[in-house]
Amino acid sequence: MSTVDIDAMEEQHHPRGITRWLYTTNHKDIGILYIAFGFLMFIVGGILAMLIRAELMEPGMKVMGPELYNQIISVHGLVMVFAALMPVSAGMVNYLIPMMIGAPDMALPRLNNFSFWLLPPAAILLVLPWLLEFFGIGNGTLDTGWTMYAPLSVQSGPGMDFAIFAVLLLFLSSTLASINILVTVLNLRAPGMTWDKIPIFVWSWVNTAVLLIVVFPALAGAAIMLLLDRHFGTHFFSAAGGGDPLLWVHMFWFFGHPEVYILLLPTAGILVHILSTFARKPVYGYKAQVYSFAAITMISVIVWAHHMYTSGLPTAANIYFMFSTMAISIPVGILFICWFGTIWKGSMTFETPMLFALGYIVLFGIGGLTGLILSDAAADQQYHGAYFVIAHFHYTLIGGPVMGVLAASYYYLPKLTGRMYDETLGKWHFWLTMIGFNVTFFPQFLLGIDGMPRRIADYAVKFAPLNMASSIGAFVLGAAQLIFLYNVYRTLVGAGKPATGRVWDGAQGLEFTLPSPPPYHTFEVPPTV
Amino acid sequence: MSISQAHGGHYYLPKPSPYPALMSTALLLLGAGGALAVNGYVLPAGWLAGAGGLLVVYVLSGWVGDVIRENRRGVYGEKEGVSFRWGMGWFIASEVIFFSSLFGVLFYERNIAVPWLASLNSHYSPWAGFKAVWPTSGPAGAAFTPEHAWGIPALNTLILLSSGVTVTWGLQQITKGHRRAATWAVGATILLGGVFLALQCREFYLAYTELHLTLGSGVYGATFFILTGFHGLHVTIGMIMLSVIFGRCLKGHFGPDNHFGFEAVSWYWHFVDVVWLMLFIFVYWL
Ligand SMILES: [Cu+2]
Repeated sequence: MSTVDIDAMEEQHHPRGITRWLYTTNHKDIGILYIAFGFLMFIVGGILAMLIRAELMEPGMKVMGPELYNQIISVHGLVMVFAALMPVSAGMVNYLIPMMIGAPDMALPRLNNFSFWLLPPAAILLVLPWLLEFFGIGNGTLDTGWTMYAPLSVQSGPGMDFAIFAVLLLFLSSTLASINILVTVLNLRAPGMTWDKIPIFVWSWVNTAVLLIVVFPALAGAAIMLLLDRHFGTHFFSAAGGGDPLLWVHMFWFFGHPEVYILLLPTAGILVHILSTFARKPVYGYKAQVYSFAAITMISVIVWAHHMYTSGLPTAANIYFMFSTMAISIPVGILFICWFGTIWKGSMTFETPMLFALGYIVLFGIGGLTGLILSDAAADQQYHGAYFVIAHFHYTLIGGPVMGVLAASYYYLPKLTGRMYDETLGKWHFWLTMIGFNVTFFPQFLLGIDGMPRRIADYAVKFAPLNMASSIGAFVLGAAQLIFLYNVYRTLVGAGKPATGRVWDGAQGLEFTLPSPPPYHTFEVPPTV
Repeated sequence: MSISQAHGGHYYLPKPSPYPALMSTALLLLGAGGALAVNGYVLPAGWLAGAGGLLVVYVLSGWVGDVIRENRRGVYGEKEGVSFRWGMGWFIASEVIFFSSLFGVLFYERNIAVPWLASLNSHYSPWAGFKAVWPTSGPAGAAFTPEHAWGIPALNTLILLSSGVTVTWGLQQITKGHRRAATWAVGATILLGGVFLALQCREFYLAYTELHLTLGSGVYGATFFILTGFHGLHVTIGMIMLSVIFGRCLKGHFGPDNHFGFEAVSWYWHFVDVVWLMLFIFVYWL
């Protein structure tokens, strides 16, 4: 039977309309579902961010009450991390990895679909309490911040229980998706696609998947214990029964710190592909990057308590966590060297993906360096719980993962749609994002050094000017993303000139040997590498 | 590669399936029902969770049924088999890590939290006379008797370990093509698992009625019940898997070179076994 016959057969029985998306077992469909859902949640999380900045624009309570403010910051954090960034990154891996390693699909296609469809229920559970409040049930969604620290989370309202079940669904989704990715890479590489040839992006996701499998169970276990403490009389997090609220904090950050790398690594992986394409040079330091990923993965699970310097741990513990945290900057530094090495003396051009990739290096660089400041246990006594931390992790998470996701979106949009996006709009998007982002978050470093506490809906009058600047920056940043949405929209409806299979002159990799957009099924017969 | 050539170079890709999306709908219903139930909205919670539970049963039978039918049609080659083995291996690894984190909780409460609390100025003690001992005496010093290792738990260890032997023996029989013997072995394993679960229920019952050891008995009670409870849950899941395997054995589905389902369940059963051994040592004995 030839390939053509199989294709024709497959085309016949893949359903159309809504059931195509609900029932799909195709990695490209599932990838697009993930990406679409992720960007939708970016909009939700972004609107919440705008509400936060609207409230903080001036001192005093202006837009909402403190109860709602607490709920909004909690949902903003959870949505951005779990419902926006992780799904977009999982969508990229679903769409790209089978094409990059020459596999016909993901190894376990039905499980793949299940992993995706667990996400909308989780998002629904998170915001459902807001709806239920209208019917007199509960008092809105969780209000503890995304970290859900005990004992606050033990006492908080019914919204917390919905969040706990949402976390459990996310746990299931991430675990199954990670298993699927590992199995695909282990078993479905095309002949000749040896471990020293698989693209860096694939390596980055192998590490991410391992991290997810290793750290998410701790959060799931903690969430179950929290539920038991809240409703079944246990004392895991309560000193009244010999337990310890710090146990929650340990378990949360055992998951939460590696989570940063779960968000970061996939975009660090895709970043070098983009740098190499637009510098028209091969990737510099392939092996160094692969080993750095592995080192980051390993070190990231033994540094969590740098989030707990002010919680009264023994000094020896603080010192250990300080040095182990600082040790991460070595592999991360090697990544930076490899990124610079890749573009060094290249014949660079600055299309939008390249601009975002360079923006990534600058902003994530600032995020990393301020992280080094925070990792100092003594200095952290001043910065802990202040806006410095907020500025730091937004430089890390927007500067790194979000810029990376945007770079990858522009890079692969022509591949997915077969149409080029509008370059001028892309450049506007980039520069407004850069300006808006820095105007939003740079003042927050200064506010933090001055001692403005995070997570409080109001602030002292002396912080007013910088907060005003920060809010204006945020609105610019938010508005700039509308340009991106429009640019994607006009590409989807077929405006823009057709893209070639290779899309960019310097592009390397199996996915660029396929036409744009690629056919529904690719590499049913493995290519030879 | 010879493996892929054996199947015309094609890796089997399943047709579109309604089950994954239905399963997540079921879990949404269960999650919303659960969250409402713990807050006292029992009636709507009951409807939601009931519908979710039924849907789970429907989906599991449909989904597993599809996989079994595909297997019977012979669409799975060696390459698909490798995927299943890797998949099951990583799944069990994630389960191991889940239990490790629960054991980590036990270690933390017992060796860090309790001694730390006891080292504080006595004005800050959880209750008068709080001491760094394990088991702790329970909140506000309410009395309970701790679990004793050399009664039901020791018997259960014996039962579960022998069930590990029967399932391994059954797998060996299948690889040799002795289907009848394998069926008996799975039957025996299910029987032993059932006895284990019954004894475990009896133990929980005795803990509540005679030892006055409850979920609320301080961190000792909490860690005891979460560890043994989750283990019991996994034994129950294992029992469901074994029942499916038993049915398939009766129908003669397995042969010397087609028994991945059997193998995977035996892996899972060994995992449950090893977790119990750890439980016996760290929860009951030491
Ligand atoms: Cu951290």
